Formats: sequence, structure tokens, C-alpha cells
Amino acid sequence: MKSPSRLPLFVLALGLIIAIFLSTSTAQQEVTLLNVSYDPTRELWRDMNSHFIPLYEKQKGVRLTINQSHGGSSTQARAVIDGLEADVTTLASFLDTDAISKKGLIKGGWVDRLPNRSRPYLSTVVFVVRKGNPKGIKDWPDLVNKPDVSIVTANPKTSGNGYVSFFAAWGSVIVRGGSRQDAVNYVTKLYQRVPVLDSGARGATTTFVQKGIGDVHLAWENEAHLEVAEAKGELELINPPISILAEPQVAVVDANVDRVPGHREAAEAYLKYTYTDEAQEIFAKHFYRPSNEIILKKHSDVFPAATKLFPITAIAKDWVDAHQQLIGDGGVFDSIYKPKGR
Amino acid sequence: MTLGYTVFYLSVLVLIPITACFLKASTLSFHEFWGAVWTERARAAYYLTFGAAFIAALVNLVLGLLLAWVLVRYSFPGKKIVDSLVDLPLALPTAVGGLVYASLYVQKGWLGQYLVPLGIRGAYTRLGIVLVLVFVGLPFVVRTVQPILEDLDPESEEAAASLGSTRWQAFRNVILPTLYPALITGFALAFARGIGEYGSVVFVSGNMPYKTEIAPILIVARLEEFAYGEATAIAVVLLVISFIMLVLINRLERWSMRHEY
Repeated sequence: MKSPSRLPLFVLALGLIIAIFLSTSTAQQEVTLLNVSYDPTRELWRDMNSHFIPLYEKQKGVRLTINQSHGGSSTQARAVIDGLEADVTTLASFLDTDAISKKGLIKGGWVDRLPNRSRPYLSTVVFVVRKGNPKGIKDWPDLVNKPDVSIVTANPKTSGNGYVSFFAAWGSVIVRGGSRQDAVNYVTKLYQRVPVLDSGARGATTTFVQKGIGDVHLAWENEAHLEVAEAKGELELINPPISILAEPQVAVVDANVDRVPGHREAAEAYLKYTYTDEAQEIFAKHFYRPSNEIILKKHSDVFPAATKLFPITAIAKDWVDAHQQLIGDGGVFDSIYKPKGR
Repeated sequence: MTLGYTVFYLSVLVLIPITACFLKASTLSFHEFWGAVWTERARAAYYLTFGAAFIAALVNLVLGLLLAWVLVRYSFPGKKIVDSLVDLPLALPTAVGGLVYASLYVQKGWLGQYLVPLGIRGAYTRLGIVLVLVFVGLPFVVRTVQPILEDLDPESEEAAASLGSTRWQAFRNVILPTLYPALITGFALAFARGIGEYGSVVFVSGNMPYKTEIAPILIVARLEEFAYGEATAIAVVLLVISFIMLVLINRLERWSMRHEY
């Protein structure tokens, strides 16, 4: 039996559908941005986007969708070079953004287009040790001087995480007044105590956490916090007195944002937003160091002020120079593994 | 017409990417090319890559034949399941295989806790690399030999037996020669797979330069420096060596077919 009361319902539904169609077609402009980032920032940017999207819609009346792409930082950079249409890049290292810029996709001088040398947040390398720190590891010299310490770190040749850790170890000698030879001796001893050179940061974490290899894991601060939290008391985080200032930088990809109207404006607003107090708090929440000093100090329980962070310029001209000298073909890292007597 | 399609597919899928590889590598001067591909470290990596792939393919030759034999000649409960398990290494992301193998054989792993005290280290060693390559290459020998074994008429064995040969002699002189071409094909496939394997090996090898560093890792290392030319140069060397070896194996296969008796 057919109920006649269904007809008005049908009309209502039809009306609703038409109304939705009309509203979307006459609606505000829609913009879809692509943020190409590196591996561990997935939750960070999801959180950031969920705050920025409604804000931008309220301010500009533009309905924004922000897609995220994650992977190894330099792999991501190569994807952008090869044609992945990123509107903004938020990669782990100057080297990666610089490589995109050298291909002409990001205009020269990009570093100074945003505040604080395009660094809305910073990070560093810390130690993760086993519960109770049985080997008593507090500082860089402990890694090579305490007996039987085995160290887990990613391969500096294949991992951004790996080379930043290498620079941190190298700088711990140089910045404290050691000579180049002292530093070479130090990193040689250190890497002789690395039983496994995982190709990426994820692999190194698995080696340390799941397979129980090693006494200390050199990790990025934000990843170390997550690693320790997930281990439920089995691991501890140690802030060495000195470490490197890691500088993940953000940039608008000029070649891509100018192709479609509305993209440049939204992309620039997006990156500028990351410097606001609200966004800086989001960075801190995800264990990235806010570049805003006041907000950083608010979180001194997480980011102890006692840790001295040296910039890359303390050990080389810049990131490119450091990478060439220390990690690149024929660099210091290569000499560590050269078989003796040849 | 069919030839046209074949050439088209082959070009799109194989020839064009390989040509692109050669073109990219040719942006280097000879000196740069040589400097990228013939360092001591690179030679150690080639030696390891081809050596490990070769040993793993040999192991697969024996294991694969055995497995194919059991699957064809015996019936036992769960045979269908075992038969499907053989293909699993093809379906599983090899990184998963590598991670699992490494976890099993480390000192605290299920197998490692018994094997490491005996001096058998199956993780972060060359042995580990061979183990995962045996894993990823297993289906190839089984799947090439199996259909030939199935088609093999048991009567020829019976004939051999009635003429007074032992089971071993029958196997050695009657069955094995008909299997040579399939075995060689399976070996070549497993070998080629081993050379190209990356995902599982990086997790199980430990990637120590000169010791457990395979050639594909060097390619990734050069890409990390955005040195595309040098990276492809190493790829070209791998391609050329693989191609020569596969041509030789093909020759061997044809030779074995001609000498069938």
C-alpha cells in the first residue's frame, strides 16, 4: 500500500537537494592547497589545518581544503621538483627547500620572505635511553667514553634525521673548542659503536624500540617525546647540555601557486598564520620548539632552557656546506668506514 | 598487429624508462661517471648485491625444486594452503618481510635468542641479506618447475625402473634433464629479483658501508644529495651487469634445451 503522505516528503527532499546545489554554486570561492611535508608532521599539520581553515573562511570567505603529503623529506623535495603540485613546502631541512629553489620553483631569497628566516618552529637532536639510564648517558662524550655503549642512529647518507644527528655530534666537539681532528676522532669512535645504520628515521626507531638494540637513540626532539610516551615508562629522554639547532623551514612554491587564482593568497596566509600565538602553541603541543621566544619559555618544562643549541653556522658556512664537507661523497663520514690499510 | 602491441607495451613499460636512465647518466662526463660508479665502496656494494642474489638464487633452485616436487607428487592435508603460501612473498610488501626477518633473528628475537649464542647472526649481516632474498625469490623456481613436473609422465620413470635403474638414477637421468630449462628460468628470475630487491634488504642488512651495504642504497644516498646524474650512473651499471648476466643465463637455457635427451 502506498502512502500518499510520501509525496510532500519527496518534494521536500528534492527542494533540499536543489537548495544545496544552488548554495554551492553561488557559494564562496573554493581553494584546495597542498602542503608537502615530511614524515612525523602528519598530526601537527592536521591540527594546524583544523584551526586555520575555519579562521580563513571567516576572514576571507574562502572555503579552504588543505591536503597533506608526507614522506622522507628529501624524497618529498624530489617529488616537488619532479612535478608534485605543492602550494607550500614544510620540509625538515634547508637543503630540501633549497634544492627546490635551485630548480626555479621557489624564488631566490625565499628564506627572508617570512619572519625568523622562514622558521615558524625549530627542533633539535636529543638522546632516548633505556629506563633508569643504566649506562649513565648525560652528554655527548659519554657516548664514546662509557664502556659498551651501543648507539642507534639513521644513516646520514640516506636520512635527513641521520645527518642532523651527525652534525649535532660533530658540533658538540667543535663548539666546545675541539679541533677538526678531535671532531673526526669523536665521530669515528661514535659511528664504530653504531651496530645498524638504518636507511631512515622510522627504521632506526623500530630498531631501538621494537628490536631492543642499542643503549641510546639519537632522535629529533619531537619524535623522542612521542617515542618515550609510547614506551610507557620503558624509555627516558635525556637533553644533552649542547646540541644542534635544527631548522625546518617553510616556503610558498611560487611556480605552483600562481597557476590557479586564489592559491597564492591562501598559501601565504597559511604560512603567516603559523607565526601567530595560537599556531605557536600548536607547535609546542606537538613537541616542536616555537620560534616565538615568549611561548617557548612558557613551555620550559618540555624545552629546558639549559640546553645550548648551536646554529649550523657554528660548524660550517651553511647547511649545504656542512653536508658537502661532512656527509657528501668523499666527506668525513665516508672516511669513517674506509677499511684500514688501503 | 600483435607484434605492434608487443613492441608498444615493451617500449612504454621497459625501454623508455631504461633509455631515460641512460640519457640521465649521459649528462655526466666520463670522468664523473667513472668517479661515481667505480669507487671502492661501490665495488664492495656490487659484489655484495650480485653475490647475495646469486647465492640466494642457488638456494632457491634447490629449495624450489624440492617444494615443487612435494607439491606435485605428494598429497597431504592442507596442500592447497601450502600451494597458495608459495606466492605470498610476491604479494607481501617486501619491507614487511625485511622487518619481520630482522625482528626474528636479532639477539632478542624468537629465533635469534637460540641462534645468536651459536654464532648464527641472521640480522644485520650478509647472511641476513641472503635469507630475505631467498624469501622474495622463492616463488619463481617453484612456479616455473611445477607445471613441467605436472606434465611429466610417470611412465618414463616406471620405464627407467623396469630397466633396472634406482630411484636416484631415474631422477638424475630421466627427470632432471627435462627440468633444466624450467630450473634455469626460475633461477634467472629469482636472481634478477634479488639484484633489484631494496625494501626488505634495507631493514635486515644494517647498511654498513663495505660490509652490508647493497648497491641500491648507494643510489638512494646519491639522490639524498640531489645528485641525479650520479645516482642513475650507478643504476646504469646495475642494469648493464644484470643484462649481461641474464643474456648468459638465457644462452645456457637454450643450450640446455638443445641438449635435452
